[in-house]
Amino acid sequence: MMAAIQITDTYYLVLSAALFSIGAVGVLVRRNVLVMFMSVELMLNAVNLTFVAFAKTLNDTSGQVIVFFTLVVAAAEVAVGLAIIVAIFRRRRGMTADDMRVLQG
Amino acid sequence: MNAVIFFIFAASTLVGAGGVVLARNPVHSALFLVQTLLSVAVLFLLQDAELLAAVQVIVYAGAIVVLFLFVIMLIGVDRREALTETLRFQRPIAVALGAIVLAEIIFLTGHTWATGAATQSGVPITGSTSSGDLGNNIQRVARVLFTDFLWPFELTALLLVVAVVGSVVLARGSGDRSERSIEEPSSTADSESAS
Repeated sequence: MMAAIQITDTYYLVLSAALFSIGAVGVLVRRNVLVMFMSVELMLNAVNLTFVAFAKTLNDTSGQVIVFFTLVVAAAEVAVGLAIIVAIFRRRRGMTADDMRVLQG
Repeated sequence: MNAVIFFIFAASTLVGAGGVVLARNPVHSALFLVQTLLSVAVLFLLQDAELLAAVQVIVYAGAIVVLFLFVIMLIGVDRREALTETLRFQRPIAVALGAIVLAEIIFLTGHTWATGAATQSGVPITGSTSSGDLGNNIQRVARVLFTDFLWPFELTALLLVVAVVGSVVLARGSGDRSERSIEEPSSTADSESAS
């Protein structure tokens, strides 16, 4: 019965909307900086899924190429972000976002 | 058949995402993140993006999550998250904002001025990046990547170099000699994932 359903790009768009929202709530709710980072990765994946869905629908490969660039930016972001977390942790001995209140100056 | 696979892995994606947000232990969050990433890779496969599915598994699940686990192990896993709220009503407001974002995006998916006219009519656009009959997925991606997107592609090389140098400088710390033996593994792990 389910096989009769035609999966259009709208299904993928709704799925990536849900994924993006979960990631956004994760960034806002969690205090652990590492989990906030993982939630940012969830949001990036939602956007990647949207790009691939449109690449398929519009029959245009450049959507998939953009996903490559997103992957590169995500890798660079994670490398630098985790280095920042390690540097902060070495100084402050805590890794919740509230420990970084000292950045307010 | 495609519909069955789609629904199974869509559910798996959302369960993994919920696990990332809800898990108390950061290690469990990282493992749920792996579940989500692998499910998204299967969804890529369903949409004829074979190369991206492979890259997703290798780069995300293989490099980025391992880097996360490295840092979790380096910092320590048994730190409980503080439950006191510095901002009042932060969690209810955050959930409400997330619901608003979800409603907005789902509203936008049904409208052509957001998703483009070709999405509704089903007519594929034609242009220099249009797929045509240029061979399989890898050949098509390579052709677009090295012709139309050559300049951004070169810029990503610069970005990766900056990221490697930046992460090494940040993780090295203040240059205290007693700390350097601890710091070397994290900086090499950073540069490996970025490459």
